[in-house]
Amino acid sequence: MTLVIKQEKPKSTFSKIVEIISTMASRPSGLIGLIILVFHVTLAITSPLYAPHDYKAIDPSLMLQAPSSEYWFGTDSLGRDVFTRTILGGRTALTVTFFGSLIALLWGGALGIFCGLVGGKIDDVVMRIIDAFLSIPWILAMLLIVSLLGTSTIVLIPALGFFYGKGIVRVARAATHDVIAKDFIVSARARGHGNFSIIWNEILPNVRDAIMVEGAMRWSWMLLGFSSLSFLGFGVSPPTPDWGLMISNARGLMSFAYWAVLAPIFGLSSLIIGINLTADAFAKALGIDRSTKAPV
Amino acid sequence: MQQVVQEIKNLSIGFTSKKGEQISILKNISTTINKGETVGIVGESGSGKSTLALAMMGYVKHGLFTISGECIYQSNDILKMKNRELENIRGRKIAMIPQNAGQSLTPNLKIGYQIDEALRLHTNFQKEDRDVKISELLNKVRLPSPETIAKRYPHELSGGQQQRVAVAMALAGSPDLLLLDEPTTGLDVTTQAHVLELLNFIAKDTGTSMVYVSHDLGAIAQVSDRVIVMYSGEIVLDGPVKTILKNPIHPYTYGLLKSIPKLTLSGLPNSMSGSQPQPGTIKEGCSFYDRCEFAEDKCKINSPELEFVSELNSSVRCFNHKKLHKKKDEDTKSSKKVLRKLTKNEILDISSVSISYAKQKFIEQLLNKIDDTNPTVKDINIKIDKGETLALVGESGSGKSTILKSIAGLIKAKDGIIKFDKNKILSNDLKKRDANYLRAIQLIFQNPDESLNPNHTVEEIVSQPLKLYFGLSGNELKQKIIEVLKKVRLGEFYLTRYPRQLSGGEKQRVAVARAFAAKPDIILCDEVTSALDVSVQAAVLNLLQELKVDFGTTYIFVSHDLAVVKAISDRVAVLYQGRLCEIGPSESVYKFPSHPYTEVLLGAVLEPDPDIKPKLVAEDIVEEKPPEKGCSFQGRCPRLLGQICKTDVPPWQIDENGNAIRCHIKINDLKNQQISN
Repeated sequence: MTLVIKQEKPKSTFSKIVEIISTMASRPSGLIGLIILVFHVTLAITSPLYAPHDYKAIDPSLMLQAPSSEYWFGTDSLGRDVFTRTILGGRTALTVTFFGSLIALLWGGALGIFCGLVGGKIDDVVMRIIDAFLSIPWILAMLLIVSLLGTSTIVLIPALGFFYGKGIVRVARAATHDVIAKDFIVSARARGHGNFSIIWNEILPNVRDAIMVEGAMRWSWMLLGFSSLSFLGFGVSPPTPDWGLMISNARGLMSFAYWAVLAPIFGLSSLIIGINLTADAFAKALGIDRSTKAPV
Repeated sequence: MQQVVQEIKNLSIGFTSKKGEQISILKNISTTINKGETVGIVGESGSGKSTLALAMMGYVKHGLFTISGECIYQSNDILKMKNRELENIRGRKIAMIPQNAGQSLTPNLKIGYQIDEALRLHTNFQKEDRDVKISELLNKVRLPSPETIAKRYPHELSGGQQQRVAVAMALAGSPDLLLLDEPTTGLDVTTQAHVLELLNFIAKDTGTSMVYVSHDLGAIAQVSDRVIVMYSGEIVLDGPVKTILKNPIHPYTYGLLKSIPKLTLSGLPNSMSGSQPQPGTIKEGCSFYDRCEFAEDKCKINSPELEFVSELNSSVRCFNHKKLHKKKDEDTKSSKKVLRKLTKNEILDISSVSISYAKQKFIEQLLNKIDDTNPTVKDINIKIDKGETLALVGESGSGKSTILKSIAGLIKAKDGIIKFDKNKILSNDLKKRDANYLRAIQLIFQNPDESLNPNHTVEEIVSQPLKLYFGLSGNELKQKIIEVLKKVRLGEFYLTRYPRQLSGGEKQRVAVARAFAAKPDIILCDEVTSALDVSVQAAVLNLLQELKVDFGTTYIFVSHDLAVVKAISDRVAVLYQGRLCEIGPSESVYKFPSHPYTEVLLGAVLEPDPDIKPKLVAEDIVEEKPPEKGCSFQGRCPRLLGQICKTDVPPWQIDENGNAIRCHIKINDLKNQQISN
């Protein structure tokens, strides 16, 4: 129950965003998530400015050095500085997955809302196709696409966006179904609004939150997926530093050069945890998580 | 000294707000429930009545906690009991009947199994004895052929039958105390009357104490011995049912009773201003101060205590109750009804409309035809004049909302023509309708929570029709919105509010404003007051009446509540199973002769007066679909004439007051029979 406040100022979009972020930060888990995420994003943007060494400088004399004051995280099997490569290693992953999630969000959300609104035969057919795609292991399909079209970001972003958008279609459709039966939609129909106007004005404001939260969740999954591709050698091509690739290269030497594998693992997992915690806090701030909703 | 079943001492329940304040939902409640007594707890939504009933079972909702006080059952405080101990009391000693039995029965278990489960948990009977007991219980709640009912699943029963099963389950443990939370609210009028009668019988038969929670004073009047009136988490009045309802000495109860439309009165009831304060907003003084017509300065600062008035055997929380005690009911007969100007200016002509929900077969889809000999709604002929209020009345499934939707173009009619403004035919396909006709017909829905987009501000909501039909924008649009809001008595500061920040009445006003913003000729009202509290209902009805006078709008008003319909309508059409039974001026529909179905409906209306008992003239069977031939009401008719009713569709007969009745019985015979009853 919201207490009625007599004179309320209209809120601008900016103040709404500030309010949501401050609600997210009011919980320890949300605050930690936000700090990690902001840290990673800042690092990804600024790291080239202060990376201490050249990420691709190979020096056989420096192979597998233990961490020291010169090489903080040690060096890898080709004598490259692990610290430099770790702080640079998230750049491609973050960029690709961020735009990938955006694409997933857009096409998944649009198709989901459309299916939920029109219903009937079209909805049936589209949803069965989505189901069929869900049954194909995405990594196999991705490998196929990558081996056909190459591993450039132009290929990876839409491909990942497509495979991770399928889940969003279902969420958007379910959210639309919740709204579609409500009288305000009937009312808009009876007034004679067109489908586009109904989607834009009546449905979208009510399903936007659910879709955005789902998109944020998908982001962390996509990050893991992208790193898996790199790990398998299909993501980023060497010598570009990337966590998945670094883990893959260093894993054979784990028993005596653990630093070369630990640093990228820490980078990858902290980013995924950060995104997950942020997405959770985001959902709670928007009031989507039912279990913690105020009872009165 | 009467035996006390439960005693509540100084009970306060509340929650902690986001700012860390402790906010009470129940404030210092003290009362006792005696053995064999039925206590009605009345109040508007948010008055704390359900919280109190749940506390009597030792249950406090998640997020709430007991601030102080106790709830004593058999000399133990059940609010402090552990779950183990509560298990022995709940269901066994104190049972509860929920509001919506359809949702409280497990859908995939048979009725017999569910009652058996209740018996297994709450009694020590062996398997064989339990089987006998199941039949016994189902018999007790008057369900026909218990053996067949026991084998059914909940969805195979009607709402009334489901509610009876819930009663049977509650009785399984032969409890000392039965808590009923709005047990008849979702039911049809006739079913409601039957269930209440059953509850009365059970109370007398088993000597169980009952606590009956409801917002419906009519239902309370029928079942209770004693009534507790709650307002804003406090008991404001507590006394015998007759005293409370006939001589209410608290201003809230006084106002509430005046705001209920009654069959015995004509015209609109008086409305109460304002709405119940939100929990935590009243810091000092009487919580009813803002709405009270008898308020004095001292009421603002001092909170009145519950005071016992021995001559009326009641307790009241008011400084001025003596004034009310002496006050005669001089103004209850005030008739606010505005007489309709008799202009024969037809605005809507519905002729032989039939609507079918049958699924089209492939061939039919191609031919764009529906082949259904027994459609849900059949043969509706109604002509509506400009400025008239026509009410469509009937129980659920009577097709009243379906007709409304087909006028709005939301459901395609199978047959028939709807003409607007004498000769303009309205297409049955919404997309083919002219924008001007769409504007001319506007809808107002039952529940404003559903009909207002929760993510739109009031400004956005009201702007929709203005932008769509008149293409307004910018400052002009804003001025127009403010103007429309003013008409529904909402100030400019509502513009930026979201629906969740408004009370139920305010929300419905916004919905009314949205409909009127289109400058419509006809407004279709679908149960517009059913989701509202009584005091708010009267205000919305008055508003609709005023707007009608100002704009000459025509209303088509769908409702199941005959008293509300009587208050607002000029003409009434009674529907049963999608067929018209009776249509005529509202004064004469409420008088005899009536169609037997109207008679049944009128008999089942619950008046907030313990001396007026409902007359139950027919069984409350629910028919799945209309009969193939003959009279639509043949299945339940108490005055069935014979074979002719089953084979021939009855003819229309018109009595001297212009009331048309569709019945085989001669109109004079009908009158004589009904008057002699």
